[in-house]
Amino acid sequence: MSASAVFVLDLKGKVLICRNYKGDVDMSEIDHFFNLLMQQEEEGLVCPVMSHGNVHFLWIKHSNLYLVATTNKNSNASLVYAFLYKLVEVFTEYFKELEEESIQDNFVVVYELLDELMDFGFPQTTDSKILQEYITQQGNKLEVSKTKVPTTVTNAVSWRSEGLKYKKNEVFIDVIESINVLVNANGSVMSSDIVGSIKLKTMLSGMPELRLGLNDRVLFAITGRDKGKTVTMEDVKFHQCVRLSRFEGDRTISFIPPDGESELMSYRINTHVKPLIWIESVIEKFSHSRVEIMVKAKGQFKKQSVANNVEIRVPVPSDADSPKFKTSTGHAKYVPEKNWVVWSIKSFPGGKEFLMRAHFGLPSVEKDEKEGKPPITVKFEIPYFTVSGIQVRYMKIIEKSGYQALPWVRYITQSGDYQLRTNN
Amino acid sequence: MEWASQLCENRGLGSKMTDSKYFTTTKKGEIFELKAELNSDKKEKKKEAVKKVIASMTVGKDVSALFPDVVNCMQTDNLELKKLVYLYLMNYAKSQPDMAIMAVNTFVKDCEDPNPLIRALAVRTMGCIRVDKITEYLCEPLRKCLKDEDPYVRKTAAVCVAKLHDINAQLVEDQGFLDTLKDLISDSNPMVVANAVAALSEIAESHPNSNLLDLNPQTINKLLTALNECTEWGQIFILDCLANYTPRDDRESQSICERVTPRLSHANSAVVLSAVKVLMKFMEMLPKDLDYYGTLLKKLAPPLVTLLSAEPELQYVALRNINLIVQKRPEILKHEMKVFFVKYNDPIYVKLEKLDIMIRLASQANIAQVLAELKEYATEVDVDFVRKAVRAIGRCAIKVEQSAERCVSTLLDLIQTKVNYVVQEAIVVIKDIFRKYPNKYESVIATLCENLDSLDEPEARAAMIWIVGEYAERIDNADELLESFLEGFHDESTQVQLQLLTAIVKLFLKKPTETQELVQQVLSLATQDSDNPDLRDRGYIYWRLLSTDPVAAKEVVLAEKPLISEETDLIEPTLLEELICHIGTLASVYHKPPSAFVEGSRGVQHRRIPPRAGSVESAESPDVGQSGSSEAPPAVIPSQGDLLGDLLNLDLAPPTSTVPSVQPSMQMGAMDLLGGGLDSLLGGDIGGSPSMGAGLGAAPTVMPAALGGAPAVGGGLGDLFDLGGGVGMPTGFYVVPKTMWLPAMKAKGLEISGTFARRGGIIQMDMSLTNKAMSVMTDFAIQFNRNSFGMAPAGPLQVLTPLSPNQTIDVSLPLSTNGPVMKMEPLNNLQVAVKNNIDVFYFSCQFPLSLLFVEDGKMERQVFLATWKDIPNDNEAQFQIKDVHLNSDAASNKLQGSNIFTIAKRTVEGQDMLYQSIKLTNSIWVLAEMRVQTGNPNYTLSIKCRAPEVCQFVYQCYEMVLKN
Repeated sequence: MSASAVFVLDLKGKVLICRNYKGDVDMSEIDHFFNLLMQQEEEGLVCPVMSHGNVHFLWIKHSNLYLVATTNKNSNASLVYAFLYKLVEVFTEYFKELEEESIQDNFVVVYELLDELMDFGFPQTTDSKILQEYITQQGNKLEVSKTKVPTTVTNAVSWRSEGLKYKKNEVFIDVIESINVLVNANGSVMSSDIVGSIKLKTMLSGMPELRLGLNDRVLFAITGRDKGKTVTMEDVKFHQCVRLSRFEGDRTISFIPPDGESELMSYRINTHVKPLIWIESVIEKFSHSRVEIMVKAKGQFKKQSVANNVEIRVPVPSDADSPKFKTSTGHAKYVPEKNWVVWSIKSFPGGKEFLMRAHFGLPSVEKDEKEGKPPITVKFEIPYFTVSGIQVRYMKIIEKSGYQALPWVRYITQSGDYQLRTNN
Repeated sequence: MEWASQLCENRGLGSKMTDSKYFTTTKKGEIFELKAELNSDKKEKKKEAVKKVIASMTVGKDVSALFPDVVNCMQTDNLELKKLVYLYLMNYAKSQPDMAIMAVNTFVKDCEDPNPLIRALAVRTMGCIRVDKITEYLCEPLRKCLKDEDPYVRKTAAVCVAKLHDINAQLVEDQGFLDTLKDLISDSNPMVVANAVAALSEIAESHPNSNLLDLNPQTINKLLTALNECTEWGQIFILDCLANYTPRDDRESQSICERVTPRLSHANSAVVLSAVKVLMKFMEMLPKDLDYYGTLLKKLAPPLVTLLSAEPELQYVALRNINLIVQKRPEILKHEMKVFFVKYNDPIYVKLEKLDIMIRLASQANIAQVLAELKEYATEVDVDFVRKAVRAIGRCAIKVEQSAERCVSTLLDLIQTKVNYVVQEAIVVIKDIFRKYPNKYESVIATLCENLDSLDEPEARAAMIWIVGEYAERIDNADELLESFLEGFHDESTQVQLQLLTAIVKLFLKKPTETQELVQQVLSLATQDSDNPDLRDRGYIYWRLLSTDPVAAKEVVLAEKPLISEETDLIEPTLLEELICHIGTLASVYHKPPSAFVEGSRGVQHRRIPPRAGSVESAESPDVGQSGSSEAPPAVIPSQGDLLGDLLNLDLAPPTSTVPSVQPSMQMGAMDLLGGGLDSLLGGDIGGSPSMGAGLGAAPTVMPAALGGAPAVGGGLGDLFDLGGGVGMPTGFYVVPKTMWLPAMKAKGLEISGTFARRGGIIQMDMSLTNKAMSVMTDFAIQFNRNSFGMAPAGPLQVLTPLSPNQTIDVSLPLSTNGPVMKMEPLNNLQVAVKNNIDVFYFSCQFPLSLLFVEDGKMERQVFLATWKDIPNDNEAQFQIKDVHLNSDAASNKLQGSNIFTIAKRTVEGQDMLYQSIKLTNSIWVLAEMRVQTGNPNYTLSIKCRAPEVCQFVYQCYEMVLKN
């Protein structure tokens, strides 16, 4: 159904650790993986699925590791990738960083986790908070009799343990909207959308029932309210804890939250947004002599708001040299290893316009190979503001002990995949 | 080992208390030292030693020599130590099967430990020890764990059944574990349900005939309930299992869809894709005019789009699947073009897939935007991506006529860039544009010719040569251009050689005076100096054609070409349906059926989308699908076969003669078995391959439509089958090929396949008995359960000689219809018991109702009229029989062979109405009216009967007879 075995390899293709789940694929097949990969890289056609004879390799890369699953069946490929990414997530939460060294340093726990996360190719419990209750890193300090299966493992509520206690019951809600924009070289916006995410940090005792109210247009249409601004969410994705059929039925977002930090939901909004930071650029390349760059940035948002930590990355040819900059605000820096100039502006008020000029020398002998046309990318954050206008109207928290809990809400808008193509 | 020791050098030994210290044992006498440590009295030392062993194992050292010492540490109350020992066991048990037995006792004991973690650990590990010898010792502990009070243990035990089945299927069956596993589907804990479903699906996959997952509405309901409560992975198991179910009707289909749609909002992409699979499959059953159908279509788009924000590998799987979905249901994503625009930082595999989908979604509404994007891509640096972008521009021109001009000018711009591979790709696609819009864009030929020298890829060279040949009359120096290619003729690839040959012949036909020498040269190069049979044959054909009849040559070589299709790389519909049933899996990523890349799955039934319910096409479509017939997409270049056919036509005089003799002889099959069989076989060949037909003196193109290839072949085979059966009675009864009734796996090695026939008024059950066991089988006997029409064996089962291993014998059992009657579901179901010296086995099979159509079923006209009126209209059922290429007389003759008698025929406005009667063995009369419109392959059939439940089965007989 899914993986026959899972391997963790280093950058040279050497197996660091592995687990054979089904025994139907020879473990030595993994030796072909790296050669296949090298071959594909040479041809410039890397693919996340590779096969050698009857064996298929599904792999992902994380820092200096390859995580590879093998199979000889018609496996559910999306499940396998989702599982490999889950592995990364669990290992990261256990070891802070997942890399070659942390695998070696913790091989006993890694084995234990591999045993618990998947059985005969079927993913099992993969919630790292729950796993940490019975698979601990200080294995030797543990009294055997105390290690019991947390009921959570098999409970319908498999993401929250019972009996949590907090002195002060609080929930922090972060509403974060990322703006994805693709602008053509001629200045027309090819595509733009908003990907929102609602993150929770819950510090609540017991088994609280939460209900989140948003100014969701569909909900308002159902309940017949029509006052105030509403938002149309194109698609919504929820954490395991949210009752999906309930949402499907009456758009109520009800759930028992996981403890601590988690992403409750994400949504996508298709409405055309004006790019919040507009860039106009002129990049003139005089072959064999110089490149002249002029970039104008304009804040297309409310005057009261301020964009923080703005970074505008402008591509330059890889053989450029002797940079010279002039900026009306912030400062520009050449990053030769990335072939770009970063123009950083600490705070960028709405409605303002700034300018940067850059000048680079070019060698008189031109390189043979053609270079790609990387776009200008922009990074920023605008606090206390969401582009879509989405609002948390309420967060109801009910626990049988009847305590009062406080919800805190924070809004922030940031750049997502924000690309402006250039002519050069 | 190197990394471990390196690591320690880098950081200074023991500077940090991590596991890496276990990798640092001295190399000399290591095993010996470990042995001593493993046998130490001190618990802590023991554990340290086991860790070192595992560390050595991890770096690939063989520490199997320590097997007994490690297993000795197994009995411990330290959970961590126990886990490590178990891990060691899993790795080395297979290489030390004799010693693995040592571990059995501990497993048995651990399975009764008060701590559920340990019980589960034991049962989980047990199944991973793939040593056949010890499996039987594990049955008792497993049985207990399957009934354990703790769900954590039960869910682990459920998976263990699948593990054990993989090692010893027979054992698992004998022990009744499969039934226990089925019971777990009703478990109160959703995790247990999910794992039971996963285990059963896994087992069912390796034993496709086992009918393990006999899903019924009750179990489906349980699964849907568990779906709301189990983990994300469990949801995937359940959804994947649901996808194998075929709902009874559109209502059920809709209610399942309604309960599955909320999963589209799950954060896990794999859950979403599995839900999409279920919905895509089940919505096929919903009537298209249903409101819900439209709602569902709308609900599918947003989650599919959101999948494109997932990790790149998941995006890739999603895109490969979207490619299928767009082909199956283009309406879902037709407004979502923008999301497939390529981003600079997309990995190459994502870029290429997005491009594919962009071409599929291109339409007049979005073409301007698409073209702008494609042009942008074509100036990128990634060669494969750029090539595909250029090709895509060409596809747009062909697909959206209004954009053709813009596409051509874009392509010309790109040719001006002089980037070699861009120019070559552009020329290849421009050739197709010329094919699609002849005489429209030839003005660009001059520009193309300028780039002749830079073409170094065969496909581009061939395309350019084709263009020169096709438009030779407009290119002044066409002869020079082609001649320049001729110099290195033998170094060219076959593709280029063939194209060059054809182009020069075209040129000669257009400008005969100046090019005689050239054509001589190429013909001799192709025929005398080449050892490539394709090239040589084509050369000879041209040569002969040109020498015997230049006028005919002109007609053939310069014939008008069929238009090329708008879509390319469309997946063949039956395969597409199958792939839709495999959404999310490797099959959907490769766009290949699982049988193409999974070993041992060749016999596995191909998955199919259930037919739309409630509509008349329901019973008919699966047959069509399974026969694998589908319309071939229009070919870009006429195939070799067609060309040959045309040529032979020209050689063989009057091409207008028809083949009147073939058709009657087919109907005569009943009277003249041998002649009919042979003739119809030949008839089949004529339909199947035009060249053969031509060779036999008949032109394939003028064959009557009623003799379509497929039915003729079927008829021929059917007749032959009768012959082969050895019990040939002159009859036209259509015999279905034998199907598997009882697989060997379920009957201790006895395999039975069979079919039914009616010969000379006697019903016979033809069976092939195969002994797949190791020992001889004797003492065969057969019995039927009571059934709807009282069928019973008219004599004993005649298996005279013992059936030795690997032997197959065919037996024919005459049946009577005087047995006890009991209504069955379905009506034509027959439950059979077969006994031999080993055991009694049961199976059920379904017979075609035509078995029961008696020979004296022709009703008097007057009686027919009266009876027709007499039967209430409510009893009338109407059906559609599609794709029958027979005229009414041929159909009527064919039906008569199966005792369906035409009593009268009326022709009204080009429509033939046939009135027919059938009598069943139990004296039930069935009346039918069949409407046949000339030129329309679809018949309308109305059936009236006092027992309306038989109508459906009578209709099936019509289908079967008319289509075979």
